Amino acid sequence: MSASRAARDRVGQTALYAALALFGTLSLLPLLWMVSASFMAQGEATTFPPALLPHHPTLVHYRDLFGRLALGRYAMNSALVAVVTTAGALAINASAGYAFAKLRFRGRDATFRAMAAGLAIPVQVAMLPLFLLIKSLGLVNSYGGVIIPGLASIFGIFLVRQYALAIPDDLLDAARIDGAGELRVFRSIVLPTIRPVLATLALWTFLATWNDFMWPLIVLSDDRRYTLPVALAGLVGEHSQDVELMMAGAVITVLPVLVLFLMLQRYYVEGVTEGSVK
Amino acid sequence: MRDTDARRRAPRIAPGWWFVAPALTLIVVFFVGPVIAALGLSFTDFDLYALADPRAARWVGFRNYARVLHEPLFWQALRNTLYFAIVGGPLTVAASLGAALLVNARTLRWKATARAVFFAPFVTTLVAVAIVWKYLYHPRYGLLNWLLGHLGIPQIDWLGDPHWAMPAIILLATWKNFGYNMLIFIAGLQNIPRELHEAAALDGATPFQRFRHVTIPMLAPTMFFVVIVTMIGYLQLFTEPYVMTQGGPLRATTSLVLYMYEEGFRWWRLGVAAGIAFLLFILIVLFTLLQRRISPRGAV
Repeated sequence: MSASRAARDRVGQTALYAALALFGTLSLLPLLWMVSASFMAQGEATTFPPALLPHHPTLVHYRDLFGRLALGRYAMNSALVAVVTTAGALAINASAGYAFAKLRFRGRDATFRAMAAGLAIPVQVAMLPLFLLIKSLGLVNSYGGVIIPGLASIFGIFLVRQYALAIPDDLLDAARIDGAGELRVFRSIVLPTIRPVLATLALWTFLATWNDFMWPLIVLSDDRRYTLPVALAGLVGEHSQDVELMMAGAVITVLPVLVLFLMLQRYYVEGVTEGSVK
Repeated sequence: MRDTDARRRAPRIAPGWWFVAPALTLIVVFFVGPVIAALGLSFTDFDLYALADPRAARWVGFRNYARVLHEPLFWQALRNTLYFAIVGGPLTVAASLGAALLVNARTLRWKATARAVFFAPFVTTLVAVAIVWKYLYHPRYGLLNWLLGHLGIPQIDWLGDPHWAMPAIILLATWKNFGYNMLIFIAGLQNIPRELHEAAALDGATPFQRFRHVTIPMLAPTMFFVVIVTMIGYLQLFTEPYVMTQGGPLRATTSLVLYMYEEGFRWWRLGVAAGIAFLLFILIVLFTLLQRRISPRGAV
């Protein structure tokens, strides 16, 4: 009896790890192949049967991308846009999220409900007039045109509010009785308390901005201002035969966000579960 | 005297408003305003000339809508978009559920590693991985056909054949996105009380029966919610076809958003494009209403 039970458990265990290996391979294979092909010599990735590993690993495509094709510039553009958006979004959404959770003012709940309804509207609906607005502000083809519309985020405000609801009112009132103004309360009590959700918000905003494609594609017309995804989509048009070169470009684009995620994944994961289950 | 009175009576703005003012201003100016303007825009013939001088735009009533609704390409884009959402959404959620069950298995070690591996595709840059998959799908040299060849499946021209292009994009989207819902399912699975499983096991239920009669019913509300939310996201398909197929072959992967982009930002027919955007909006509202209708029972 117990022997057959043990045997069944072992079969179950084997099946579990086999399924895990299969799922894991499927999910990593495209990324591993991308890295591998980026080190292959020109033409090596377009052979049959496909080469899985480079014969003589080479850095020539990376040198090409950073030298001749100025990908370093696009990487800097992407970094600039993502860092500025993240910093601005943190300040703007954290203060709004806190206020919607903890400060009493007339019209607060109605405003919040109206805003929540806005979550159902797809961003593409706003894009055409938004482009005209950006154009009339003279921000077409500028970093500002990419950054400003992404600063305030209804989702970000939601996230912070959810977290800030748990701050005890007594804590805030005690500081007020000691004579602290609202700004002071926010800076020295609220911000330190909600630090984990700020990390989540920062990570989300950074990754979303870094990965964004459609809006930068619309706003940026001069290729010196392109972000990495826009530059990469342009490159694949001209160099679609240079598989290895394109894979190196994909690695440069994906690597920063992947590393950032692996370092800070705890915050990312909390963001998903906080934001959607509750 | 009167001066101080006036000052005292001057309405003091509550500090809360100051805290929300920057966010609200930005949302109103850069989101709510444009959404309302989009509705207005869709009733004008705003085009390249109007871009130079907005006074050139004229009010045309429902002409843009009439024109779009008579355009075969619109209906094709709508069909393509619905195909992507209705097949891709459930498929992605099924993969998410499978991955969540795996990661959540009680006897599994390296849970955190498994979770990170499954989640990695989700954080990658869509443009970059779409290019990677474009090569994986290459009919002659691609890894996918080579792997399928081992199973005796003949070469498929994934992105070159109108019948296979959309399934290929669905497969990429499933791979890219399943990790996100997986996290939601893992949280949901952990909320199922242990006693339910133990009671069922005591009554002699097999693992499959427990899955069928405990896990699925307990997860059903989450599952429904997640399917609809995923489908709504999928209705906004754009980057994959833009990068991989330019909407082809034979327009088989032209989505509503790609169609809108082409009308608006390639041909600068902003009035027509705004009409398409609003039709997409209506479609999304319909899906949202569906979600509200079917996921009641105060479950979620």
